Amino acid sequence: MIRDITLGQYYPADSILHKLDPRVKLVTTISFLVALFLVNSWVGYVVATIFLVSVIRLSKVPFPFMVRGLKAIFLILMITVVFNLFLTPGDRVLVHFWKLQITDKGLRTAIFMAIRLVYLIVGSSVMTLTTTPNDLTDGMERLLGPLKKLHVPVHEVAMMMSIALRFIPILLEETDKIMKAQIARGADFESGNLLQKAKSLVPLLVPLFISAFRRANDLAMAMEARCYRGGEGRTKMKPLVYARRDYLAYGTVMIFLAVIIAVRIVL
Amino acid sequence: MIQADSLVYEYTRYDEEGRETDVTRAVDQVSLDIKKGDFVAILGHNGSGKSTLAKHMNAILTPTGGTMWVDGKDTKEEENIWEVRQSAGMVFQNPDNQIIGTVVEEDVGFGPENMGVPTKEIWERVEESLKAVKMLKYRHHSPNKLSGGQKQRVAIAGVVAMHPQCIVLDEPTAMLDPNGRREVIRTVRALNHVEEITVILITHYMEEVIYADKVIVMDQGRIVMKGTPREIFSQVEKLKSYRLDVPQATLLAYELKKAGVKLPDGILTREELVEELCRLS
Repeated sequence: MIRDITLGQYYPADSILHKLDPRVKLVTTISFLVALFLVNSWVGYVVATIFLVSVIRLSKVPFPFMVRGLKAIFLILMITVVFNLFLTPGDRVLVHFWKLQITDKGLRTAIFMAIRLVYLIVGSSVMTLTTTPNDLTDGMERLLGPLKKLHVPVHEVAMMMSIALRFIPILLEETDKIMKAQIARGADFESGNLLQKAKSLVPLLVPLFISAFRRANDLAMAMEARCYRGGEGRTKMKPLVYARRDYLAYGTVMIFLAVIIAVRIVL
Repeated sequence: MIQADSLVYEYTRYDEEGRETDVTRAVDQVSLDIKKGDFVAILGHNGSGKSTLAKHMNAILTPTGGTMWVDGKDTKEEENIWEVRQSAGMVFQNPDNQIIGTVVEEDVGFGPENMGVPTKEIWERVEESLKAVKMLKYRHHSPNKLSGGQKQRVAIAGVVAMHPQCIVLDEPTAMLDPNGRREVIRTVRALNHVEEITVILITHYMEEVIYADKVIVMDQGRIVMKGTPREIFSQVEKLKSYRLDVPQATLLAYELKKAGVKLPDGILTREELVEELCRLS
């Protein structure tokens, strides 16, 4: 049924990674991405690989879930590899045919780029697979907290995101209902080329938008009735508190970053 | 607990250039006085102004004329608004559009969070209010997977967690099936009896009204009838003129009486009717 779809790609499991504070996971992911761009030697990649593999093992999420995100970037990955492979000038030509040539440098950059992209996707998948969307918004709200001083509406944005998450299944269900009602009256969503299909969606979107606005209005009233007045003076039912394991995780990440930087400087 | 003195609320309609075209009086000179611990039902046909009146009790709307006091506080005063909203909680018609959390317990905690209740106490309040509506075992569920009646009970728990003195329910059962309706009404009655919370139930289902202490009938923005359910439902003709039905048992008794059977006025339930009919023979 349509309401059973999972949001994001959270994979429920009982692992230390699932229990970590979302802030730790966000910081770790960002550090890992930064590290990937700092790396420029084989040794660095070995270190990154060890880190990534051990994190995946800790997460207890089956490996196929990790690589699922790669499907989306497969095309970009291929293009990047091909361009780097054939168009990088180098000192030694390895293969030469027609107008194309593969140089030693080209081969090296192509492989590095591919690894970098794959690690990028897998690394961020680890975070989204082990953190519920709600925890993620909570973590972001807290991490971006200092921006409040610059009048960035951090709380409001986080609240909007969590409300959006709550309403996605409801609106999906509604779309399904409107679609069935229109099919029953002879609407055709299946046939025709892409453009015709897109056009036939317009009569679907209009009622959906109207109902979304009505819901928003109702929800705003219900929130006000329950004393909602923005982030000021609000307490949290589930406040984010660092535990020992979170500090340990931070420590590990710092060591990892230090090693990556050291490798880059030394080599 | 809730008092209104010649309350008036007008909607103004504007045309495309922003000129006033039409003024509709949704609530017209309404005065009422609801005592603490009462269970009051407000009845009325669509467009009778009952929802508009309810929204005044929570300071979502402020009166155009007259005054509304909730727990002695004037709802027109800006500084009273949060206290009013805390002491008179509100439950709306559509259960989907009033649940904010993605998990049941988080939604119940939303009100206390807004009020700035300390974390530990929020958990206590969430637990006791979910217990009060008998939804404790669903605390970790997603609201999307609950039935309509259950969702509405979660919404009620969300209000109860704010420790209100009074709950205003604006047609809470209009979108529910008969089972869900029964669940919600049973919950509301229990809250009224056990927790002694004042209940104001707005509805157009007559069966829900028979348990009320007091019934108010509205038509075209005015209060047209007031009294106990028995007093109100003994006036079948008058109710019909306001396009309202009476409970089935009452209607049957009324028709029987018209046909010459000697029955007393104001029979509300099937049990009462059976008893009276048995007494006849």
